[in-house]
Order: sequence, then structure tokens, then C-alpha cells
Amino acid sequence: MNQGLWVAKTGLDAQQTRMAVVSNNLANVNTTGFKQDRAVFEDLLYQNYRQAGANTSQDTILPSGMNLGTGVRIVATEKIFTQGSVLQTGNTYDIAINGRGFFEILRPSGDSAYTRDGTFRVNDQGELVTSAGFIVQPGITVPDAVETVTIAPDGTVTAKQAGQSSPTQIGSLQIIDFINPAGLQPIGDNLYLETSASGSPQPGTPTQNGLGALNQGALESSNVNVVAELVNMIETQRAYEMNSKAISTNDQMMQYINNNL
Amino acid sequence: MDEMIYVAMTGAKQTEYAQTINSNNLANVNTTGFRADLHAFSSIPVDGPGVETRVNAVVESYGTDFTQAPIANTGRALDFAIRGDGFIAVQAPDGSEAYTRRGDLRENPGGLLTTGAGHLVMGDGGPVALPPYARMMIGGDGTISIQAIDQGPETQSIVDRIKLVNPDISRLQKGEDGLFRLPDGEAAPADSNVKITSGSLEQSNVNVAKTLVNMIELARQYEMQVNVIKTSQENADTASQIMRLG
Repeated sequence: MNQGLWVAKTGLDAQQTRMAVVSNNLANVNTTGFKQDRAVFEDLLYQNYRQAGANTSQDTILPSGMNLGTGVRIVATEKIFTQGSVLQTGNTYDIAINGRGFFEILRPSGDSAYTRDGTFRVNDQGELVTSAGFIVQPGITVPDAVETVTIAPDGTVTAKQAGQSSPTQIGSLQIIDFINPAGLQPIGDNLYLETSASGSPQPGTPTQNGLGALNQGALESSNVNVVAELVNMIETQRAYEMNSKAISTNDQMMQYINNNL
Repeated sequence: MDEMIYVAMTGAKQTEYAQTINSNNLANVNTTGFRADLHAFSSIPVDGPGVETRVNAVVESYGTDFTQAPIANTGRALDFAIRGDGFIAVQAPDGSEAYTRRGDLRENPGGLLTTGAGHLVMGDGGPVALPPYARMMIGGDGTISIQAIDQGPETQSIVDRIKLVNPDISRLQKGEDGLFRLPDGEAAPADSNVKITSGSLEQSNVNVAKTLVNMIELARQYEMQVNVIKTSQENADTASQIMRLG
């Protein structure tokens, strides 16, 4: 029937999805290590009704043809991995990555997930775990009767036990890099999974080979830019209204022909 | 039967097509680097026996609006916008060279740069590939420089240069995939005068006010053509009544 109706419908769909993305960004404005999403728009294919340059006679050609676009779609929502600001908390086991890299987390199912959220704690076994209780890889076990634990920017973890004169190294944290972090699959709980688009995980020592440095006693806050998201929301809402206007205009055209013929 | 009804029908149908082009512009009001499609009506006289009284209106894509769209700052290292004239050369799925204005780049797992729509970005000689890097920057003329992962910030190396072109826009055609091409598969030469701003994206250049006014105008035009159909129907009714009287 009326193609314009369907074209405008794709506009509404895309704007609605974008609104969901914007709302999710705003909802996660205080989530530690959250990376904002961006909806990527793409125009749908064009239908060629009359080919420009086709011959109208032996020596004349059509100067312009007719191509009807079929609307718009959201081709991807991509994570923007810019650095979030690093906030000092003073907690021993809060670690922020300043620069590239992810912590590797062992999920209960036995596979690895990756996160930028360094809100770590110690469980009843003395192991370093996330706030959900998943074990941080490579495993760090804090001994009993420990006085202080220090995590160096390069990941070296040292502990000073009561009665000892100097701290001893109890392990070192590694961070993981991906060639295309935007290809990671977010699964919620601040975790990401490796995909074929992200490339395989490349473990490394923090501060080496371009990887970020660890900051003990600090957390990386969400990188959502609130002002930009609010402007996005206004833009999305107005674009939504315009597309619904296009639907009602196309509808009125159909109505007019139905009522008058 | 009076041919007036067919002329009016053609007009109504072509107005619907024009409304589709217009709705497509509105739907793409947020598409990065989108260029609005223009439409125009041309008159095609109906040839044949008798007096040439009938002229059909046929809508055609009148090309593309290439005016600059607003540039929005995003702060992402892989985003860039072209200031003024020019295009980014990309590789279309069929391997040919095509042009686009969208500079929302991303890296695929093979380290190749693509646009947000997934087309490979062309460099000096073929698609741009990035080695592993700690930091990267796109310069004002498309030069990509990186700090390699095993180097300090004092060693910057130039990887490639994004192919920026500035062909004659009157010869560019928008293809079915929304990319622009030169006729006969011709490739435009790289132009060092095309200037870009990194960390920004060019938005869609759809002029919302103009598109909405166009939409109203087309809707009214459609109603007029429907009225002509109606009038011709009334004429036919009246004519058959006269026949009945006789």
C-alpha cells in the first residue's frame, strides 16, 4: 500500500530503540565501570524505479532516475570505551584501571568474563572476588592476620602480616586487552564476554605494552556524559514526533482518497 | 472514457512516491553523515493521436543535497567529521570504491577500519589496517598516527592516511546501499585539501523544517489530485445522466 507509511514506521522504530539506549545510559550514570552505548543509524537500501543514465533514445540518456529510500534502521549499539573519571574511595580492594584493559573474572559456570569494575572484596577463603562473589583471575589469596595489602600500579600485590618486618609478595594481577573492545558482548552485572568481533583476550602486565595502570583505593566511574545524553533524549523525542507526524500525514492522504472517491 | 482521470491518477501516485522520498529523509534525521534526497516533478506529455492536451507528472530523484550538516562533538578517538566539501573513500561490498560522509569508524577483529555501516575504509593503498596500538589519533588531513604498544609516547608512527576525495558532486550518484559512486566505476584521486575534525561526527543534513513543510505541501497536492479524480467521476456521472435523458 502506501510505502511512505512503512518508511516513517522504520523511523519510529529506530528512534524508539535509540530512546531505550539513551535511557539505559542515563540509568547507569552511577554504575562503576559502565561504558555508554551509542545507537548507530544506517539508511536502508534504496529501491531503483528508474535508472539514471538509462537511454531514452539512441543518443539521449535520463539525467536523473528515481530511487526511493526505504527508511532507517539501527545497525548496532556500540560501547564507547572512553575512560571514565577515577574516583578515590580509600578502600583497600577497590581498583581502577587507568587506560586500556579489563579484569578477568571466573564465572560460576567456569568460563571467563571481563570487567572494568574493580569493586573487589575478600571472601571467607581470603580470595579476591567481585562484589557478586566471582573470583578474580589470576587468583589472589590474602593470608590470615594481614595488616596491609598493597597493589602496585603494575599489578604486584604485597601483604604485610602481623609480626613480619617487611611485606611479602602474594601474587600479581594481570589485565586483559582486546584488539576491538567495542566488539565485546555486554551481559549485565558489569561483565563482558569475548566474541569473535572483539578478538581473543591478550593478557598482560598493567603499565606494560600500552595497558593501563592500576590505582588502588579508587574506582572508575561511569563514562556517561549526562548533558550529552539529555540532548540526545531531546533530539530523539523530537525526531520521534516528526516521524509520527509523517505517519499521520500519510494516513490522512489515504483517508482523503477513501472518503472522496 | 475521459483520460483526465488517468492524468490525475498518475499525479496522485507520483505524489505518493515523492512523499516516500520525503518520509525517508525524515526517518534518517539522526543517521550519521546522511545526505537528504531531493525530488522534483517533470512533465511528460502523453503522445498519441489527437490534440496533445494531456501531460503526466513524473517524480524523479533530483539528486542529493550535499550541504554541510552540523558537526557534533563526541570525544571518541575513532570518530571524525569532514569540514566542508569532500568524502571518505570506502570499499563497497562488491569490492568497488564508493564514497560516504560518515566518519564513525570502528576496528574489526582483523584490525581493519570500517565505518559504522561496516564498509572498509580506504587508505593510500587499499583498506586501512591498524597494528596494535596504545593510542591513536586521526590528523586534520586523515593521517593516522599511533603510539605502538611497546613504545613510549615519544615515538609516534604514521600508519596510513584515510583516503579523502573531493570529486565533482554533480557526477556522484547515490547507490542502492546509500553510498555515493562515480559513473562507470571511476575512482576519484585523493585530495589533500579535504579537512577533517577528529573526535566529532557530522550529523544528517536533513532540514527538518523544510521536510515538514514539504510533507504538508505534498499532502495537499495529493488531495487536489484526488479532487480532480472525483471531478472527472462526477463529469462521467453527469454525462451518463444526459444519455439517460436522451
